[in-house]
Amino acid sequence: MFLRLLSDIQWRAAHPKWRRMSGSQRSSSTTAEPHPVALPAQAQVVICGGGVTGTSVAYHLSKMGWKDIVLLEQGRLAAGTTRFCAGIVSTARPVSVELKMAHYSNKLYQQLEQETGVQTGYVKTGSISLAQTQDRLISLKRIASSLNVMGIPCEIINPKKVLQLHPLINIHDLVGAMYVPEDALVSSANVSLALATAASRNGVQIHERTCVSHVTIQKGRVTGVETDRGRIQCEYFVNCAGQWAYELGHSGEEPVHIPLHACEHFYLLTHPLKDPLSSSLPTVVDPDGRIYIRNWQGGILSGGFEKNPKPLFTEGRNQLEIQNLQEDWDHFAPLLSALLRRMPGLESLQIMQLVNCPESFTPDMRCIMGESPTARGYFVLAGMNSAGISYGGGAGKYLAEWIVNGYPSENVWPLDLKRFGTLQSSRTFLRHRVMEVMPLMYDLKVPRWDFQTGRQLRTSPLYDRLDAQGARWMEKHGFERVKYFVPPGSDLLDLDHSKTFYKPDWFDIVGAEVKCCKEAVCVIDMSSFTKFEISSTGDQALESLQYLFSNDLDVPVGHVVHTGMLNEKGGYENDCSIARLSKRSFFMISPTDQQVHCWAWLKNRLPDDSNLVLEDVTWKYTALNLIGPRAVDVLSELSYAPMTAEHFPSLFCKEMSVGYANGIRVMSITHTGEPGFVLYIPIEYALHVYNEVMNMGQKYGIRNAGYYALRSLRIEKFFAFWGQDLDAFTTPMECGREFQVKLDKGVEFLGQEVLLEQKQNGVYKRFTMFILEDHDTDTDLWPWWGEPIFRNGRYVGKTTSSAYSYTLERHVCLGFVHHFDEKTGEELVVTTDFINQGEYEIDIAGQRFQAKAKLYPFSSLFTQRRRKDEVELSVMGKG
Amino acid sequence: MCVCPGPRRIAIPVRSSRLPLLSDAMPAPAHLFPLIRSCEISRIGSTACYCHHRHLCCLSSHFAHSHFRYAPQKKFAALYRPKEHFNHFIHTRDYASTPQRFYLTPPQVNSILKANEYSFKVPEFDGKNVSSVLGFDSNQLPANAPIEDRRSAATCLQTRGMLLGVFDGHAGCACAQAVSERLFYYIAVSLLPHETLLEIENAVESGRALLPILQWHKHPNDYFSKEASKLYFNSLRTYWQELIDLNSGETTDVREALINAFKRLDNDISLEAQVGDPNSFLNYLVLRVAFSGATACVAHVDGIDLHIANTGDSRAMLGVQEEDGSWSAVNLSYDHNAQNEREVERVKMEHPKSEERSLVKQDRLLGLLMPFRAFGDVKFKWSIELQKRVIESGPDQLNDNEYTKFIPPNYYTPPYLTAEPEVIHHKLRPQDKFLVLATDGLWETMHRQDVARIVGEYLTGVHHQQPIAVGGYKVTLGQMHGLLTERRARISSVFEDQNAATHLIRHAVGNNEFGTVDHERLSKMLSLPEELARMYRDDITIIVVQFNSHVIGAYQDEEL
Repeated sequence: MFLRLLSDIQWRAAHPKWRRMSGSQRSSSTTAEPHPVALPAQAQVVICGGGVTGTSVAYHLSKMGWKDIVLLEQGRLAAGTTRFCAGIVSTARPVSVELKMAHYSNKLYQQLEQETGVQTGYVKTGSISLAQTQDRLISLKRIASSLNVMGIPCEIINPKKVLQLHPLINIHDLVGAMYVPEDALVSSANVSLALATAASRNGVQIHERTCVSHVTIQKGRVTGVETDRGRIQCEYFVNCAGQWAYELGHSGEEPVHIPLHACEHFYLLTHPLKDPLSSSLPTVVDPDGRIYIRNWQGGILSGGFEKNPKPLFTEGRNQLEIQNLQEDWDHFAPLLSALLRRMPGLESLQIMQLVNCPESFTPDMRCIMGESPTARGYFVLAGMNSAGISYGGGAGKYLAEWIVNGYPSENVWPLDLKRFGTLQSSRTFLRHRVMEVMPLMYDLKVPRWDFQTGRQLRTSPLYDRLDAQGARWMEKHGFERVKYFVPPGSDLLDLDHSKTFYKPDWFDIVGAEVKCCKEAVCVIDMSSFTKFEISSTGDQALESLQYLFSNDLDVPVGHVVHTGMLNEKGGYENDCSIARLSKRSFFMISPTDQQVHCWAWLKNRLPDDSNLVLEDVTWKYTALNLIGPRAVDVLSELSYAPMTAEHFPSLFCKEMSVGYANGIRVMSITHTGEPGFVLYIPIEYALHVYNEVMNMGQKYGIRNAGYYALRSLRIEKFFAFWGQDLDAFTTPMECGREFQVKLDKGVEFLGQEVLLEQKQNGVYKRFTMFILEDHDTDTDLWPWWGEPIFRNGRYVGKTTSSAYSYTLERHVCLGFVHHFDEKTGEELVVTTDFINQGEYEIDIAGQRFQAKAKLYPFSSLFTQRRRKDEVELSVMGKG
Repeated sequence: MCVCPGPRRIAIPVRSSRLPLLSDAMPAPAHLFPLIRSCEISRIGSTACYCHHRHLCCLSSHFAHSHFRYAPQKKFAALYRPKEHFNHFIHTRDYASTPQRFYLTPPQVNSILKANEYSFKVPEFDGKNVSSVLGFDSNQLPANAPIEDRRSAATCLQTRGMLLGVFDGHAGCACAQAVSERLFYYIAVSLLPHETLLEIENAVESGRALLPILQWHKHPNDYFSKEASKLYFNSLRTYWQELIDLNSGETTDVREALINAFKRLDNDISLEAQVGDPNSFLNYLVLRVAFSGATACVAHVDGIDLHIANTGDSRAMLGVQEEDGSWSAVNLSYDHNAQNEREVERVKMEHPKSEERSLVKQDRLLGLLMPFRAFGDVKFKWSIELQKRVIESGPDQLNDNEYTKFIPPNYYTPPYLTAEPEVIHHKLRPQDKFLVLATDGLWETMHRQDVARIVGEYLTGVHHQQPIAVGGYKVTLGQMHGLLTERRARISSVFEDQNAATHLIRHAVGNNEFGTVDHERLSKMLSLPEELARMYRDDITIIVVQFNSHVIGAYQDEEL
């Protein structure tokens, strides 16, 4: 959450190989100093940015054996945000991969001084996160659960214990706290210098006072870097420019969109107390007061994330202005009040300084790493959302792995640059969004919160119609999607404002929509899904797709195939439905947030053949999903064509007329396992077809439904969604989708070897459905995702998604079960027996609920009998 | 250790900044009432003296104002009831001993200040505001009871443009009220093309629904007289019928239209009073309108063409933002009073040399009237015979009124007064951010430069509060916290105004000598009893029009 440290800058004297090389001394700021060492003409990797992220990437790349690396810093090492960083290493992170990065960073920094000889100021102080409300305590308990199963010590403590740990804290308004004893403090600048020193010893060349003007890209690959001191040819470029990463990304001819924006961040430094504070005193985080407090040289350092942040540098680089940021006491006043409320004893403490240091934030509060979708070899690690020190070490490691191996050792999709596209790159959008993101750092985040800024960017043509009918919206990749429809007469204020970890207020509304899907027919607007068309003059399209997808796509024209787009390791890069429109053209539907990732994946792997065309047609079609047993009646009345199973079997695609509109692509799939159709409607017909469907559907009891209903339906039927349940580290074998893999289709495909191996030797994790047994929907905390799963009392994995099943009248959680050896912790093969023969519990914020594990869905949930492999249709998309 | 960048000069006047705040608070009655006592009561009741702008102590001139702006003559002492005032002064000595009763809480102050505030935003079409006017804020604060100022704002529906005006009545509010209701119709009609006039006339003739001419933007307190509407309409109709007959065929020039409308309305007011009305209520009304007076300052904005037509001593001022962000004021009207040499010249030119000495006395027209141009005021326009005839045939109330019967001294060659406006045309530039129209109640208390700065900073949201900086000074967290809490309280008073005109009134009434609003002073000024209020301030009416620089810039580009 926070990490800035005022460091003791002793490194100047200390270290030195690269210092001799660059020859610069700080004192020489008055004279233009010569650069005795010329830049190399070429290098394998050029890293731009000498902060903690840049040095960490250099450190890890050099550790992995890459030596031909140049690190360029426009000013001096660790002189940007890193220098001002509060230096708090905190592992209490809600997102799993972030937690792992922070944990790794902590371990790395702990031994860094020993490794390099550079003093890093590492002190294991521990941290206390305070809760002023019960809801806050629940959110802390959820984090504590995930820390514990990671093996990171962590406990929920009462206010009395807080006082024992930190005598200055006023505990009267506290309901509890979370104590993480292994959290640490470092001098962040010195950590960077230590990393730089180690990297330099491993052969990395470090050049300070060298400014990258732009990166040259040819034929979609990085070819070199232009600097104010000349050009360096390189294969890989790593943009670690922090708050300037956005501008740097836009400086070249082909822009690389890195959506981040800086805000001013303030923290206070004081003189020492009369009784100087011990340097081992735990760091205090008071999110309800929006502040953090750490000990600093006998006094305190305290900052926070205010409600009304001040974005800056919207207009450009302004590199020098970082030096001129002013203290703004009036702006800091609420945080100062919170500080004195939390530690009233500090009233008489003397102020040393109010530091204003810019921090960069991203549109979704997660950092940005990975390769540009448009320029191969262009890597990014930036936008740390003021957690640069906590993440720096781990993020540098993952990115180094990514560059060297082609993929990192963890699922980093939540941080992948490709989750964003050009649409998040507007300055106005970023400016508005970061003003929402920065306060969110400490806001209580209850399940299913949505961003309020930067909305209504991409909408379906039906947006106004649906909105007028009570639609409540969420946003995915800039696209507005309906959560549910508030029936007329409901108390709207109530619905928008009551947010809770318990049973939500939309419970009955979604229940009614689900019921309608089961008994009559519902319409869900699914226009946000990514839609591509791939066509060729000859057989190139089929051949390429057969290689890139695991299922057999050589099916008769008009058939729809569910298939994974797998990587070399058999993991899901994407999960999609592909319709064969003609012998030589295919229509591909993927989850909304695949628009950039899937495009880049295909572009990089399809042969460079002008006769093979890949087109993004997302914007051309409005998708209406008709779900329910009466969908067939509605559609046949509208088209005067028989739609029954004999004439229109499932997994079928046909262009037909609906109402007056012709050329509607109708597919017999629903994404939920219910009977029904998806209509892909050229947008100019969208309103017409929607009106026709609603009018005709009236006698069948048609109503609008939203994604929450869809989510409940798909989870109770054990359908995995990519991005939630499936990721690049999950194979079809591990989630019971062997039937979507045609190992014998006669064509080699990506990931085939791994899948073959898994088929023979078994899998190490298994996608499992859990039905909560002793969970009271009305009074117990609801599961969300990321809850630990226990088998016979031992941790075996985490849930990936969950929903209330209105049919089973139980909560259903989906998640992966691993088999860790009881003694060694080694991962063993997970067998069906292993799954079936265990007693399971799900841990929701520290409370464990019994759960029944199932490897197959309840057949009773399917209203129509189908062939078995159709029953287990996979679905894509995110609920 | 870490070195943070940037110079950190200390400028934390922890105590020092607080103390002035307290000391600049007006030490209440002790400050106010001795001043009153120091004025000679006899003087109050006798002659007028020069009004010292911005000086509260200028009691006598304010007092003169308070009564129809005519310096009371001794023989009319009874009429002006100076005795009553005298009594009030006696009372005030009692108040002085219990100053608490003058204190209003900030919410009470706000409810007084905001009672008449009104805002209008020009609606945006298709997300693009194509009008050069973003909207306007207006407000008025009474000193007279009832208030004698009026304001009007309307959008022309048959031609382009927007009309805004402030009207300062004297000798009662009847004339200001009539002008505020009628003038914009006269202007709008003057601007209408011949075909539209014909269309309207035909509609009236055949009893069809009339094309709406104006869309009014009125505060609920801005009322129109129902009883007189028929009369007013007939006069207006006569006017447009004449315009139709005249049909010059030329396109209407805004300047001419404004001048014609002003003159025509004043003429109609005069005629209506001469002709009278069978309805006794209306008859009395038209006489009151004619015998009272009103100044008018009217703006017509159409694209980048801004016309100001001014009659009297209200004022129009343009707020201009300089390149460095600072604010400056440009006058768009000339006051028609004794301080305006050209105006004095004009009056002298219009009358025989023999009257030169009696024309302007004590900075007043004929020693009586402050504004040199005005609507109504037939006492300064009609011949003595006409005045006598009308008064004699008029209702009893008129006959009983000493004032109406009184003929100004040295009254030889009427008319002495005209309603003809002076029109200034200004082409708006992107740096012209706003226009302030206000009656002299504002300009007496504030310099236009201050008005420009206060409104400019209000509209752009810039509030100059020196930032605090801690350098090497010893400040504790507790001290800083106290200081910040106090500053927040002060800033919040700025943000409590949603209306630029209200904000300006707050400053006009509450400013201390340092140019910042002093709540104590504000509270005292607003809690003055009705009769006393008029001594310390005049009615204030303000309209702040905000311009759309983007649109103005686009217009300019087009013209280039």
